[in-house]
Amino acid sequence: MDLATLLQMLDATLRLATPLLLACLAGLYSERAGIFDIGLEGKMLAAAFLSAAIASVTGNVWLGLLAGIGASMALSLIHGLASITFRGNQLISGVAINFLAAGLTVVVAQSWFRQGGRTPQLSGDARFDSITLPFAETLRDVPVLGTIYYELISGHTILVYVALLLVPVTWWVLYRTRFGLRLRAVGENPAAVDTAGVSVVGLRFAAVAICGVLCGIAGAYLATALQAGFTKDMSAGRGYIALAALIFAKWRPWYALFSCLLFGFLQAMALRSDVVADVIGFALNGQLLDVLPFILVVVLTGFVGKATGPKAGGQAYVKER
Amino acid sequence: MDALPKWADVILIPVISILLAAVLSALVILAIGENPWDALKLMVDGALGSTYGWGYTIYYATNFIFTGLAVAIASQAKLFNIGGEGQALLGGLGVAVVCLYIPWPHWTLALLGAAAAAALFGAAWAAIPAFLQAKRGSHIVITTIMFNFIAAALLNYFLIGALKAPGMEPATAKFAETTHLPSFQDMFNFGETTFFRGAPANVTFFVALAACVFVWALVWRTRLGYEIRSFGESESAAKYAGINPTKIIMVTMLISGALAGMMAINNVQGEAERLVLNAAEGAGFIGIAVALMGRNHPFGVLLAALLFGFLYQGGAELALWTSIPRELIIVIQALVILFTGALDNMVRMPLARLFLAMRRA
Repeated sequence: MDLATLLQMLDATLRLATPLLLACLAGLYSERAGIFDIGLEGKMLAAAFLSAAIASVTGNVWLGLLAGIGASMALSLIHGLASITFRGNQLISGVAINFLAAGLTVVVAQSWFRQGGRTPQLSGDARFDSITLPFAETLRDVPVLGTIYYELISGHTILVYVALLLVPVTWWVLYRTRFGLRLRAVGENPAAVDTAGVSVVGLRFAAVAICGVLCGIAGAYLATALQAGFTKDMSAGRGYIALAALIFAKWRPWYALFSCLLFGFLQAMALRSDVVADVIGFALNGQLLDVLPFILVVVLTGFVGKATGPKAGGQAYVKER
Repeated sequence: MDALPKWADVILIPVISILLAAVLSALVILAIGENPWDALKLMVDGALGSTYGWGYTIYYATNFIFTGLAVAIASQAKLFNIGGEGQALLGGLGVAVVCLYIPWPHWTLALLGAAAAAALFGAAWAAIPAFLQAKRGSHIVITTIMFNFIAAALLNYFLIGALKAPGMEPATAKFAETTHLPSFQDMFNFGETTFFRGAPANVTFFVALAACVFVWALVWRTRLGYEIRSFGESESAAKYAGINPTKIIMVTMLISGALAGMMAINNVQGEAERLVLNAAEGAGFIGIAVALMGRNHPFGVLLAALLFGFLYQGGAELALWTSIPRELIIVIQALVILFTGALDNMVRMPLARLFLAMRRA
């Protein structure tokens, strides 16, 4: 394998890791506040559909992004209502949200566009363009480093850079701000937070809302940057891979980046199975590569190591009377 | 909460939740420019208007009884088995192996053998998540979700590899004639009039009914059932009473996986008579809605499975005759899960207040 092929693979890794990373960070905020969220998949899917639909109608991808975030937030609100206000089962609520999105996106897409449950192909301003970073063209001919800068680091859509930037931001918010301290505390011991006079319900709703925004961006990225339009079930299990990455990362932001990059790399390998077969000398089963993240997580955090989530995760908080 | 009488808890709350889900579904149909009343009439007519429709309704319901019971028995131990889909897929693999490679003399023996294999494969697929939950503290919901994906990949691997029949399609060869289960058409054929003509409902329905009775007897009439329910009510109290949590988690999940796996005798052996890709078609997930609606009781599961069988067959008819896509059923399924599961307290809390007020008056 030469440098060019390697760079292509890493480039694909970055593009494929971005939606995973956004969804993973979304789940991180929610679960660190004690709200399990297996509805990441559904929120991404709903956002992918509405962002593509609005972008295709208005021709403006930014309006599409806003609409996608709106769709994801609406589902987040349902999740918050069910699991915080009405103290229902968070897992069941997540399952319901996933099915709601899987069904509604197709029903509405068919009703609006009559194209068999997809949106029209997006082009021009209805999609996110790739950005050429400063000096990328001039440095292009510098051996190795210039090539890496031009091929790998430059030339992605803005959402890729946003996702990468969100890793240090999330770290800073969680570990260096008062809000982050409280957010983490509410996931470990909500009663203590309540005793200190801070609203548990408020904090948890804030976390669920942040989760909604990030899932919205992830979904919009899928439909308006990675692909050009919405297709049925296009999230394709990414929400669950993000959950697996979150466990793999033991609910920490920097580790989340690395596990998402790893899983993105596995997806890139599945896409370029010819290259993989070239390097290792035999063909790997593509299906196997697709589920390798799950197998890795089961083996490494189940049998070999251990990953324990926030203590109060999954439990509704009931104030003592 | 004791504010509610038992009948309100068992009947009133589910009925209100389903009505809420129905109203929202009607709004969705209205929003996409169709008439909900016409849609309902079409669904009733297509699913219940003929023995053919009933044959499909019962066929789907048979699937959902198995997966619903699987979720229900796990829920008795407060375990959420979301992996019914993967377990049902593996059950299909078991059925295929047994039906393809063993020369059965008669369908009754083939049914026994296939049911045993389906249960074994389904249980095996539930065993790893159960072990990880009991011994390693991995969350069973997450692991069973992952195992659904791994199961789909595994079946894909076998169906394009070792088990693939000659030809383009990723499917096994047709099973031998002697393994074919009698359909309702064969059973209710009275010379002049044949009922259920062309419908896939088959003898497995009676196996499913037997499974309902088995689960009821197990949960409410045996020591193991008592232990499962105690563990579900309070893990610490159960431990104090000498109940071994590892054993309960393992045994409950093995039974749950076996039930989900046994669905395969209906769809793989009974209907398709070969193993195809994605044979379970989401029935494992519908089991969640069915168990929630049936309040984790076998009789409730039976009723809820029939309702979802009706929705499935009716939904297929809708997609055939109107512009409403089949995915509407997924929306209805989601709303049922939302209202009977996650938003249960939204109905329960005001109702409890109402009953309290009535009692005081």
